Amino acid sequence: MTPAKAQPRKQPEALSQRPEHSPESPLSVHAVTVAYQRKPVLWDIDYDAPPNKLIAIVGPNGAGKSTLIKACLGLVPRAAGQVEFWGTTYNRARARVGYVPQRESVDWDFPVSALDVVCMGRYRAIGWCRPVTRKHKHAATQCLEQVGMQDLAHRQISQLSGGQQQRVFLARALAQQADLYFMDEPFAGVDAATERAIVAVLRELKEAGKTVIVVHHDLQTVTEYFDEVILLNMRVVAAGPVKRVFTTQNLQNTYGGRLTLLTEAAEALARAEAGTR
Amino acid sequence: MNPSNATPENNATSLADVSTAWPSLEDTLRVLTLRAGFNTNTVVAGATLLGLAAGVVGVFALLRKRSLVTDALSHATLPGIALAFLAATALGYTGRSLPVLLTGAAVTGVAAIACIQLILKHTRLREDAAIGIVLSVSFGAGVVGLSYIQSNAAANAAGLSKFIYGQTAAMSVADATFMGVIAAAAIAAALLLHKEFALVCFNDAFAKVGGWPVAAIDLAMMTLVVLVTVAGLQAVGLILVVALLIIPAVAARFWTQRLSRLLVLAGALGALSGYLGATASALLPRQPAGAVIVLTAGTIFTISMLFAPRRGVIANTARHARLRLRIAGEHLLEAAHDHARDHPHTPHLDRATRYSIARQRGWHPAALAAITALLVARKRLATTRRGLTLTPRGAADGARVRRNHDLWTAYLIKHADVAPNHVDWSVDQVEHVLSTELIAQLEDELQTQPQTETRART
Amino acid sequence: MNLSIATDLFPLLAGILAALVCGLLGNFLVLRKLSLMGDAISHSVLPGLVIAFLLTASRNPLPMFIGATIAGVATALLTEAIKRFGKVDPGASMGVVFSILFALGVLLIEQAAARQIDLDADCVLHGQLETLVWYAAPDSINALFSTETLRDVPRQITTLSIALAAALAAILLLFKELRLAAFDPALATALGFNATALHYLLMILVAAATVASFEAVGSILVIAMLVCPAATARLLTDRLPAQLWVSAAAAVAAATLGYLASIAIPAALDKPAVNAAGSMTLAAGAILTAAILISPTHGVLARAIRRQRLARTVAKEDLLATLYRAQENGQHEVTTTLLKAVTGRSLAATIQDAQRQNLLTIHKGNAALTPQGTHAARQLVRKHRLWEHYLVGKAGIAPDHVHDTAERLEHTNIEPATAQSPATDPHGRHIPPPA
Repeated sequence: MTPAKAQPRKQPEALSQRPEHSPESPLSVHAVTVAYQRKPVLWDIDYDAPPNKLIAIVGPNGAGKSTLIKACLGLVPRAAGQVEFWGTTYNRARARVGYVPQRESVDWDFPVSALDVVCMGRYRAIGWCRPVTRKHKHAATQCLEQVGMQDLAHRQISQLSGGQQQRVFLARALAQQADLYFMDEPFAGVDAATERAIVAVLRELKEAGKTVIVVHHDLQTVTEYFDEVILLNMRVVAAGPVKRVFTTQNLQNTYGGRLTLLTEAAEALARAEAGTR
Repeated sequence: MNPSNATPENNATSLADVSTAWPSLEDTLRVLTLRAGFNTNTVVAGATLLGLAAGVVGVFALLRKRSLVTDALSHATLPGIALAFLAATALGYTGRSLPVLLTGAAVTGVAAIACIQLILKHTRLREDAAIGIVLSVSFGAGVVGLSYIQSNAAANAAGLSKFIYGQTAAMSVADATFMGVIAAAAIAAALLLHKEFALVCFNDAFAKVGGWPVAAIDLAMMTLVVLVTVAGLQAVGLILVVALLIIPAVAARFWTQRLSRLLVLAGALGALSGYLGATASALLPRQPAGAVIVLTAGTIFTISMLFAPRRGVIANTARHARLRLRIAGEHLLEAAHDHARDHPHTPHLDRATRYSIARQRGWHPAALAAITALLVARKRLATTRRGLTLTPRGAADGARVRRNHDLWTAYLIKHADVAPNHVDWSVDQVEHVLSTELIAQLEDELQTQPQTETRART
Repeated sequence: MNLSIATDLFPLLAGILAALVCGLLGNFLVLRKLSLMGDAISHSVLPGLVIAFLLTASRNPLPMFIGATIAGVATALLTEAIKRFGKVDPGASMGVVFSILFALGVLLIEQAAARQIDLDADCVLHGQLETLVWYAAPDSINALFSTETLRDVPRQITTLSIALAAALAAILLLFKELRLAAFDPALATALGFNATALHYLLMILVAAATVASFEAVGSILVIAMLVCPAATARLLTDRLPAQLWVSAAAAVAAATLGYLASIAIPAALDKPAVNAAGSMTLAAGAILTAAILISPTHGVLARAIRRQRLARTVAKEDLLATLYRAQENGQHEVTTTLLKAVTGRSLAATIQDAQRQNLLTIHKGNAALTPQGTHAARQLVRKHRLWEHYLVGKAGIAPDHVHDTAERLEHTNIEPATAQSPATDPHGRHIPPPA
């Protein structure tokens, strides 16, 4: 196979034409491969998300869990494969997709209040150059209520605890009023109260018919919080309903050792394609 | 520094010698209230407007962590000025037209930013090196260009090098107006797009996912910086215009944590620097205006950093000192409580006991004295003939701290598997900040009365 | 080009010395991502210099050096303080400190001018190399090395030489400490080499180099030489000792070429010489650009060429593998039109490559593998199918997906080793034995 640049672009057939992917699925991932210089690599990821479920992505460090989300959202370039949302491209479906990034991706010393951050989720609805009106602030306050942070709406984010910051991020995603949510490690480093709050929100979202895909690091709580799970270690080890898929055998395959050969080969490829020696 | 002049070095006068011609109060007021003649008024107004624009735009550059890219940008305007001059002269126009020169400056400024991005994208060099390279090489190119112009087109080239240090005195009314227009445009654009700028500065991944064109917004931000830089070239010169972009924003940050107020305050501080600086320069013609404006901004910055109520250095240090004093006081009360509990017949703290507590805590005798003085003043300790005793309030406080300590210790040992002799530090710190909810939780957790800590304090 | 010892030796020498001392020190700045600290220090030594000058009312280099060192250390300290206590972004703290100090310096220069003391702000920027004229220059090279001549050497050259000697001494004596502190300051401190002290030592040396260079070549050259030669070296080598040598060479080259160009190029256009320091800066930039483009290890061109070569190899290998598979199916000759569907690169060029390497032959519009070609293709297909086996077996990827991934992996040198050689791939096809 020629490297991506040299290959003539074949028009990819719509994923929904393939039998294993359904056009109602909020997220269809087909043969997605992500490879960059030294970071995690994803090989041939295939997945079809069932609608209206809470889905966990689980795997060891460096397995590519965040990378998978970023590849779906276009934040990281794909070397191969396709991603579709409800049968269309991401650009057309963008308004229906919400995103909660990792907490450390942001400088929390930024001069904004909790309410300001949540309002950012409404900016798309507000549009270019227009101010944030009271209507939007009200909607944002309601999102803060949903996560139990309405009293801290005007607090500076630098004065919030880790759990509170996480809830603000969650409220911002809620303000986007999406149908599919991606959350990157929302439970990392939060206190028990926040964890309970987040789980409550997840369940409310599910009640409301949304789909939520969450990068999750705590194996103990997977069965309790989620309906479906994707076991990921550079490739999909297993995916499906938690009860069926979350077995000891599958966990061993996911966590029990790396595919070092694959990683080495990926690094060699990446170096060759960049032209470095 | 010109080494070849025959200035007799030994006769150089000292700093205090020459008397400066300080302006009269009358003159000062005249300039300050813009009654000093049309030219001066325009210059002062222009500098104020420039400061306002630089303050506002600088906030975004600061939040985007691109403050020093503006330095490279400003240095890169010099070759643009030289090239514009040469091009204009070659085409038969007058080289000294300000709009022409400033256009050249803007073009090379933007090119510099593009070069930095190229270096970052295609080499292994880091951002600091990329900025340094572009800054120095472009400035060197500018110097070469200027020297070429100066030796070949001397008549028309007078004043070009003033773009380096700025010279308000050479500013014509048209120049000042032009500068004002650019500044006003920059302010308007910043206000129009402030929501988009804030979004990208805070979390660009989220913005990108939301469909916002992050690269275009970044470009718009940088364009505003270019505009302000170019507008400021004549007033403060290219070396110091970066100061106006950075200092008011940083100073304003000490006073407020809300973006809207930050923008207003940074603009105000910048405007103030421009206003006072240009006034000073008008009244004291010897002083280079750019330097005066920047030093004014610097003074405002120093005042902000030291005296701002919450984020200022003095406020912070005082707050820390108060906190440490309070904690030390609570430790003393706790020790007094323990002492009274263990010696019911001699509950007072005599000198020896106090010193032993101090030694155990590692307090200097002076610190001990300060702490006891504080507690006496706050009516937690009372002086008696035999030493210090706890007042009722002091006893209650001491008991409370002791209880928190025991609760937390028991919790750690029971739930966090911390070995009993390791709990000291965390307990020491935490016992002072346990909230009532947390205490209730702890009591719940442990269900029974907490055991008195048996580990002996040696 | 009209060079003479009288007008050109000292300026050139001063430029070379300044470039050398800054170029060597710059390596450690670039490594520690402190290039802009060098920029900051070269701006903020100005007030230190001027104050020393005003206080001592002389141009004795020692007080100026002390003043500049104080200013340089103050810059580093103040930047740290603002960063830590004010919680300000590091770049912004640096900007605040050096711009205020520079403004102070400019103001003080004006004060000095008021007292008829001659300090020219412009010279601060680009020096006064042109004034290093040697009025009593000897006529021949031999006479250069007599002690009389040496007494005539201008102050600037002497100061620069001392600064260079100091920098060299520090680098030679403290090489391993400086390198460790640059790479891992925490470890350095843990091992007893106080990383903070080394940091301030570096800052002091930079300040000293700045001062020594100011009078001769001005601050732009200092900034350029603190970054460009070291950056050039970074792109040409990966080892620090080599980097030091390369940066020294780049610095000397930039100074020499820049100086000569500042005379020669205008002369060719019949114009007077341009500013030498600016020209040296441009030369440094040009050398760096050349390194960016043509560095054999990291250069843009080299990388593009390697990518191109890879594309050609991959296309050729794809071609061979297709022919082999056709051969397996019984077709010993394949029409070239069918092959067009395989490779994205020009089919004709790829076939030519393969023909030249004697891997296939063309006969009447049909392509067939030669024995060498068959051998090479067999190894490729073997790798491909081994990878498919590995991906399905070890990585658990669905059999209908593995073809594309194996297509990419077959071009690496890595062959998945297995305990016993499998006989067939997941699709049931035979895996050729190893060579």
